[in-house]
Amino acid sequence: MATTTAPPQARSRSVFSRPTALDGFKGYLATTDHKKIGIMYFWSVMLFFFLGGVTAWIIRAQLASAESTLVTEEVYNQAFTLHGLTMVFLVVMPLGAAFFNYLIPLQIGARDVAFPRLNAFSFWTFLFGGLFLYSSVLFNAIPNGGWFGYAPLSTQIPGDNMAFYAVGLQIVGISSLSAAVNFITTILNMRAPGMTFMRMPVFTWMTLVTNFLLLFALPIIAVALFMLNGDVVFGTQFFQPATGGDPVLWQHLFWLFGHPEVYIMILPAMGIVSEVMPTFSRKPLFGYAAMVFAGVAIGFIGFGVWAHHMFTSAVGPVARSAFGLTTMFIAVPTGIKIFNWVFTMWGGKVKFTTAMLFSVGFVSMFTIGGLSGVTHAIVPHDAQQTDTYWIVAHFHYVLFGGALFGLVSGIYYYFPKVTGKLLGEKLGKWHFWTWLLGFNLTFGPMHMSGLLGQPRRTAVLPAELGTDVALYNVLSTAGVAVLTVSASIFLFNLVTSLRSGEASGDDPWDARTLEWMTPSPTPYVNFYEIPEVTARDEFWERKYAEAEDGSLRPVPAGASQDHDPSTSPASADEHGDEFPATAGGTATVDTSGNAKASPDDVALPEDEALAKATPDDHGGDTEHIHMPDPSYWPLIMCVGLLPLGYGLTFANPALLVVGALWLMMGLFGWILEPVAEGDDDDPEPSAAAA
Amino acid sequence: MRRTPSRSPRRAPRPGRVLRGVGLALLALVLAGCSGAQTMLDPQGPFAEAPDDLFKAVMVVAAVVFVFVQGLIIYTVVRYRRRSDDDELPKQVHGNTRLEIVWTVIPALILAGIAVPTVQQVFALAEEPEGAMTIEVIGHRWWWEYRYPDSGVITANELVIPVDTPIHLEMRAEEAGSADRGVLHSFWVPALAGKQDVFPGRITTLNMQADTTGRFLGQCAEYCGLSHANMRNRAEVLEQDEFDQWVAEQQAPSDVAAAFAELTPEQLEAQEVPEGVDEQVARGHYVFQSNCVACHGQISDTAVASADDFVPRTGPNLTHLLSREEFAGAIFDLYFREDPDDPNSAFTDEVDVELLTSWVRNAPSLKAMRPGDGIGMNSFESLPQDELDAVIAYLLTME
Amino acid sequence: MSAAVEETSLGLDNRKLAMWVFLGSEFMFFGAFITAYLMYLNTTAGGPDGEIFDIVYTSVSSFVLLMSSLTMVLAHHAHEQGDMRRMRMWILATAFQGLVFVGGQAYEFTKFFKEGLVPTASPFASSFFVLTGFHGVHVTVGIIMLLGLWSYSRVGKVKASQPLKTEIIGLYWHFVDVIWVIIFVVVYLIPWG
Repeated sequence: MATTTAPPQARSRSVFSRPTALDGFKGYLATTDHKKIGIMYFWSVMLFFFLGGVTAWIIRAQLASAESTLVTEEVYNQAFTLHGLTMVFLVVMPLGAAFFNYLIPLQIGARDVAFPRLNAFSFWTFLFGGLFLYSSVLFNAIPNGGWFGYAPLSTQIPGDNMAFYAVGLQIVGISSLSAAVNFITTILNMRAPGMTFMRMPVFTWMTLVTNFLLLFALPIIAVALFMLNGDVVFGTQFFQPATGGDPVLWQHLFWLFGHPEVYIMILPAMGIVSEVMPTFSRKPLFGYAAMVFAGVAIGFIGFGVWAHHMFTSAVGPVARSAFGLTTMFIAVPTGIKIFNWVFTMWGGKVKFTTAMLFSVGFVSMFTIGGLSGVTHAIVPHDAQQTDTYWIVAHFHYVLFGGALFGLVSGIYYYFPKVTGKLLGEKLGKWHFWTWLLGFNLTFGPMHMSGLLGQPRRTAVLPAELGTDVALYNVLSTAGVAVLTVSASIFLFNLVTSLRSGEASGDDPWDARTLEWMTPSPTPYVNFYEIPEVTARDEFWERKYAEAEDGSLRPVPAGASQDHDPSTSPASADEHGDEFPATAGGTATVDTSGNAKASPDDVALPEDEALAKATPDDHGGDTEHIHMPDPSYWPLIMCVGLLPLGYGLTFANPALLVVGALWLMMGLFGWILEPVAEGDDDDPEPSAAAA
Repeated sequence: MRRTPSRSPRRAPRPGRVLRGVGLALLALVLAGCSGAQTMLDPQGPFAEAPDDLFKAVMVVAAVVFVFVQGLIIYTVVRYRRRSDDDELPKQVHGNTRLEIVWTVIPALILAGIAVPTVQQVFALAEEPEGAMTIEVIGHRWWWEYRYPDSGVITANELVIPVDTPIHLEMRAEEAGSADRGVLHSFWVPALAGKQDVFPGRITTLNMQADTTGRFLGQCAEYCGLSHANMRNRAEVLEQDEFDQWVAEQQAPSDVAAAFAELTPEQLEAQEVPEGVDEQVARGHYVFQSNCVACHGQISDTAVASADDFVPRTGPNLTHLLSREEFAGAIFDLYFREDPDDPNSAFTDEVDVELLTSWVRNAPSLKAMRPGDGIGMNSFESLPQDELDAVIAYLLTME
Repeated sequence: MSAAVEETSLGLDNRKLAMWVFLGSEFMFFGAFITAYLMYLNTTAGGPDGEIFDIVYTSVSSFVLLMSSLTMVLAHHAHEQGDMRRMRMWILATAFQGLVFVGGQAYEFTKFFKEGLVPTASPFASSFFVLTGFHGVHVTVGIIMLLGLWSYSRVGKVKASQPLKTEIIGLYWHFVDVIWVIIFVVVYLIPWG
């Protein structure tokens, strides 16, 4: 790890010199720090979640009354398309990515991901992809063909609406694909010594599975989107019935991606719940091996169920039966997970923090979504259910009641890790109960309106469906109002806790895994010393030892040889003092102010009082910890995606050329940037400077 | 003559159906009184009943699992909650292989139990029933067209079928008579069968059968663009003799159409008024000829033709417009309702001329359409008022 | 830091592992294009069909591309031996063969254009051009990487002690070759009709 670096003055200041700004706005633009990138993912998600909420309101306001003319069909169609795209690609997926980014290196005992600049590139690409999609508003071309973009309708809608869809998703896909390569490499290759696969935290496991799903599913949607892009903009004939093109090909490609996508969204949440449950039950996860294998099984079977989205499409009875069977049996590993979570709590001492409440809520709500999911496997009846609100209810129970509950649980659980403060528990409980109420009020009645025959994606609720259906729709809209209040409580809680939250200390939850061995907020270098892992719940094992009577007793601090000194709290500012910025050059370690994971984590008095140990006392040669340098190139390179994207959207060759050249330039800048980071295997760094 | 469909009041549930519903106590409670003609919970024929039986059986299992799991969660969190003064660590249990096997095997067995009848049904429902009557269904943006190859009848929106007869639907999507620009739709009448998507350039099939007469609602269930919400359909189930009568009426030309059929081409050229036809109606005929036939086709006795003569068209066949109760993708009532506030009440015999007139004058202002792209009806705002009135008078003869 | 290699959990350099992982994704990418092509093999909408392919011509350019894998191996071998002059020579040879292949493809495309096989002609034509076109793009990216490697090794940015860089680019290059073998079999050798 430790390496000597060339003296700063040896590097010429050129366009290619590395930026040194590590804090403030510039620090974020140039950051390659996985923690900052995770935080940027989080806030971008909050922005898109707001926009997704606005589109949800358009839908619910329109459906609050039968035969409503509040918005036109066109606006409604745009709203539900954008709502789906936003929530899937710009909220749930990247919120999972926010957690991978912040947690994976910490959970596996690494200082960063395998490719820090690529990681920054992934983030900027995601953000630009999202903004690109939303820039369709400026061109009056908001996608309006549904998030599933079925051909040939998607190829026939006049205007650039579906071109924005095809290109926007393509850009977001590039982001996820590069992140997948990065995280798979990181998890496979950068685990701390002693961390075998079966000692990896379950969240790390689920992240690994998720990223493999991304790796294999994204190229398929990429192909489909290239084809759609070609048909919409350049006149190719992939899905044109006139020349024999087959709309069913789009469906196969889309759902071959789209179903794994469901697991891409849910598995990170399952991983988080698997971290939260044991901590607050004060027991290890029940059936760790079963949990891991169930997750892997879900990943595998997840690639074999796609045609259950197509039971009413042009698919023969043999395929219908086969996919009905696989769909039923993917419920088995899911059931295994549910029971293991419950039995993690069983016999424990369950503490109901907000994080725990959200996790329990996840298990409960996800079970409902799972049960309604089994009904889709009854192929003949799926022909009734599909494209009705029964389905809408189902996938919201899975993705909102499931994925979002789990991810929000993670926000409460890891907020102290990121900021050193607690996310207000009192408001948190308000948030949870209103969230649970609002969620069930919104999506529970949709089961009923669906069974009573209300189809999805219809801008008008027909009065002839009856007053019951109308009533259920009113309830759903009321539910969204409750959810809006709840989300406001959450936002308020976030902001006030960031400003003046109660100090959490390093390990507020008496947690079990490596990420809690570092001080909170996490210092720039993550670990002053990379821990040697000897157990699955490494941190817990260091804290508690089995007494002679078989019960567990806390290990007094410092008594155990295993006890890692880096768990001693130390304030961020003190670390900063320990590594002053090297004047006028690129220091290998420049943590000045960089430990500020959030704008306002200031040194807390109690931390200062406790801060007896400085990093150097730990024997960690922090001065020479090799950390990735900041870089502007990921951001600069991403800018090139915009002209390229608009070129593909408007069939503009000039923009295409500009974009391609820009990307090339960015790539060369990226490569030529003086390499002080660990991805150079140059054994003689001084020779390079000479 | 307009057929008066037998709009029987909702039948009392048969004993068998009641029994099937028993397991659904929980659901039924919520459902009490929830009928509605588009519900999938009240099947009216074998092709809807079989899946419904399976669904309701699975719902019983699901309800048991639901109560068990949620009960287990609630019991666990209450029983094992931490008291504030309790700092003792619980026993550190890592797992239990026997339990893992139990909750792997039992759900798998339950699912296998569901899988067997599911697969059987998939194949059974896909087979074309014996002695079935074939009807072609064509999805247009945004209305449904039906063609009866046996009798040559072409109609729209309301699928008229005889009771107790298996129906075999052969379905496709078209636009202006060609599959080139068609998009996906999905034909759905929940009371009679599950839905089936329709495609341009490909035939898909769906079987249905009604055990009872009545009027059952449905609507397009695959997103088909702008006015997807305004693409509804109905199934009118008639007694066999009523159905035969309906077919005969559809096959016969209307009086006015028959009168015009008597004219020679020269007389038509000179825009003559046939004997016994009102002058304004005759004028309407000629206005129709110059403005409407391009999309709706000729109104004459040839509009009802043999299966081979089916003419591709953009708009619905209007030969027997007044035999239908609704228009414009079945979103507007052609006749007034007995109770204007109840969208499901019976129809009167009085045509809503005002609505029909405003539709003909400016259809795109009433239903979102894209006439500029050849999808949906044009605005005829530029048509002089007297010509418009004449066309309406003409349309009102299409019984 | 060469030490990093030993420090990774799998004992494999991060960049090498990442390239393998990425190539896994690429297999799915080309797999989807090949599937679409096979589906549309006979969907020519009355336009030109597979008869238009000149198997002999494409066999020659395919042979050139295959041979480039050999020179790529030689380049890596030379790099491992520390013989940078020979390494650069073989890299240039590889890039040159890649250029010949891409040039051949460009010529082939223009020929097809003239004969009416354009991407907008039919689903068959669209999937042919997208499949082979994306492969061509991959070869082009490979050529750019090879030329970058060549120039960096000339100015000393890639050193004799870093054969890994050649190896990783080689991995990519071999992958592109293997994919072409599959495409060649599927597109040119499987009988049309």
